[in-house]
Amino acid sequence: MAKKYDWEAIAESPKFRELHRRKRNFLFGWWAFSAVFYFLLLLGVGYAPDIFKIKVIGNINVCYLFALLQFVASWGIAMYYAYVANKDFDRMTEDLLIEIG
Amino acid sequence: MTRLMVLLTLLLTLGTTAYAVEPSVKVSSTTTPAIAAPSGTAASVSVAHPAPAATAPVPSAAPKLKTNRLITMGMFLVIIGFTMGIVVWAARQTKTAADFYTAGGGITGFQNGWAIAGDYLSAATFLGITGLISIAGMDGFMYAVGPMVTFVTILLVIAEPCRNAGKYTMGDILSFRSSPKVVRGFAALSTVTVSIFYLLAQMVGAGKLMQVLLDIPFRTSVVGVGVLIVVYVCFGGMKATTWVQIIKAGLLMACGVFMSVMIMVKVGMSPVRFFAEIANSVPIQDYVRGVLKHPLAVPGFDYGQRYLEPGLFLKSPIDQLSLGIAWLLGAAGLPHIMMRFFTVPNAKAARKSVIVAMFLIGFFFIMTTILGFGASIYLTPQMLTAVDKGGNMSALLLAQYLGGGAGTIGGDLFLAFVCAVAFTTILAVVSGLVLASSAAISHDVYVNIIKDGKADQKDQVRVARITSLVVGIIAIILGIAAEKQNIVHLVALAFAVAASGNFPVIILSLFWKRFNTAGIISGLTVGAVTAIGLVMVSPNMTYPKKIAADAQKIVVALEKKQAEGVVLAEKDLKTLDKSRADYEKNKNGTSMLGLDAPLFALKNPGIVSVPMGFLAAIFGCLLFRERRSEEMFNEIYVRQNIGVGIANATDH
Repeated sequence: MAKKYDWEAIAESPKFRELHRRKRNFLFGWWAFSAVFYFLLLLGVGYAPDIFKIKVIGNINVCYLFALLQFVASWGIAMYYAYVANKDFDRMTEDLLIEIG
Repeated sequence: MTRLMVLLTLLLTLGTTAYAVEPSVKVSSTTTPAIAAPSGTAASVSVAHPAPAATAPVPSAAPKLKTNRLITMGMFLVIIGFTMGIVVWAARQTKTAADFYTAGGGITGFQNGWAIAGDYLSAATFLGITGLISIAGMDGFMYAVGPMVTFVTILLVIAEPCRNAGKYTMGDILSFRSSPKVVRGFAALSTVTVSIFYLLAQMVGAGKLMQVLLDIPFRTSVVGVGVLIVVYVCFGGMKATTWVQIIKAGLLMACGVFMSVMIMVKVGMSPVRFFAEIANSVPIQDYVRGVLKHPLAVPGFDYGQRYLEPGLFLKSPIDQLSLGIAWLLGAAGLPHIMMRFFTVPNAKAARKSVIVAMFLIGFFFIMTTILGFGASIYLTPQMLTAVDKGGNMSALLLAQYLGGGAGTIGGDLFLAFVCAVAFTTILAVVSGLVLASSAAISHDVYVNIIKDGKADQKDQVRVARITSLVVGIIAIILGIAAEKQNIVHLVALAFAVAASGNFPVIILSLFWKRFNTAGIISGLTVGAVTAIGLVMVSPNMTYPKKIAADAQKIVVALEKKQAEGVVLAEKDLKTLDKSRADYEKNKNGTSMLGLDAPLFALKNPGIVSVPMGFLAAIFGCLLFRERRSEEMFNEIYVRQNIGVGIANATDH
């Protein structure tokens, strides 16, 4: 059995509040961004086919490039999140864990 | 232990052979249904299929995919032998419940990333999406984007909190600060429902695929696949399942890369030239002209380029949006994906595993465009649709072509290899599903509801093995029963139920202080019931009156021709007879729910059922306040954020 923690006190501690605030803003912010960005593709394909038909390089059109951009954006968000989490969130979490023993 | 295993394998194999002797209806390879997995709505495309294209050249005899049985069987045996070796190795190390469900949490983030990719890239993604692109052009690729973007949701809001707050199942997370027994019951029910929908589609797809590839009866293939999976899961637990998934992901990636490189070499590794080849292909131009029903080419219309533009088949943007919602949130609520996060030691490893999986899956989806369009260029959509209406055989035909063509040693070998990869894929995905359902029944229902959490390790593992066996047998029975059913919408349904039922309650449990038992129950129930209900009254179901009306149209048209004195060709006469029979048979029929026409116009319920799930969860929770769950919020909140006290996450 692990030791008993005072969850209330941890939740109210400034360090936890700071970690929580930063995480929440980051996670839900980027999540909303990825959702909106994805719906842009669906809306574009459905309602703006003329734009999506425009050829960009040779026969490759906006539609294909925009779909590929979805992949790049997802990877980008993932890498950026990993960077921020490894740099800030993990360090703050460790500090907190040491503090509460 | 090992002896028991050998005995069971032997017994089950004998059973399989008994089945094999049974005569079966010979089904031509042209009827393989879309083996959809994340691609949920392969149905949308296959339904919107080109009506017999007027101008597309019709091949005289329907082409067929022919495998070299000896080589293919050999490859299958190698794969089965190798994976069985893993099972024996894993079985020796599976002693506790934690070993069985989560491989003791001893999988590294990198390994788990490959396993997630193995779990997620089902036969549908490989055969289904490649096939859709090969016969529907750019529209097919649209089906690959959603299943990729959903991983952002999993990465940001699901993976780490679940790892920190859960132990083996979704029930662990949901029951944390609510009335445990009731909530676990509902969570288990929901997990089993979602998994069974998903499982059924995989089993039927696997049966049909093996039937074509090995030329064995449908029942034998379903029983064979089922038996193997039961053996994998019962004995090897999560450890064997994970390694089968990792190996499968490796084989699939290798296969995809190899085939893509072979195609790109043909066009001098230039994407621009590759796309020019598609647009300049005369068969593709003819095919598109047929799809658009232009009897004569419209001057100046670039038919080849049209294949690269969206909207050739997908005509309903709202339906696509609705499907998009299910994708964005559905994968995050799939129990067998969630379970993968419990196999790593900590949140950091969970994070790493999602990122590794995202790169593998994304990379693979992008390769499907090379494979799919490559198949259109070199094999023509006409030939691919003639072999299989939904294009499900495209990747396999392409392998045969790249290896040197049908009948050559190279072609046979390469085809056999890709078939074996498809086979491993099915084994890996179904194993994950069986394990997730079995964990829900044994851990949530048996251990925590019936035994009040007081079952010793030996007992837990024993029950987990028995439930795996039972789930496996149920999967085999349902798979056989569903042979003639249209199973494609089941995967869409699994995603919709996961997105509308599971996702809202998981998110609210983790992030909303006031969330409680009433909210979980109303959210899970209303979300799932709405999603299932809407699908039952949607255009996915069969409406006999619609079939009758279509048949009547053909009858009228052909009779008019006859009245004008045209002598009908034999083929048209046959069509006439068949249409008359169809009309008679269907004119008074109604759908499964007794409807003449769909009540809900969309194929995908997400746009309605996801908000319903959220609203029901919120209202249910506001109606019945629960002090305890509010007081305990700080605990789960701190835990899911920093992962303190993971080991005793459920000892409350």
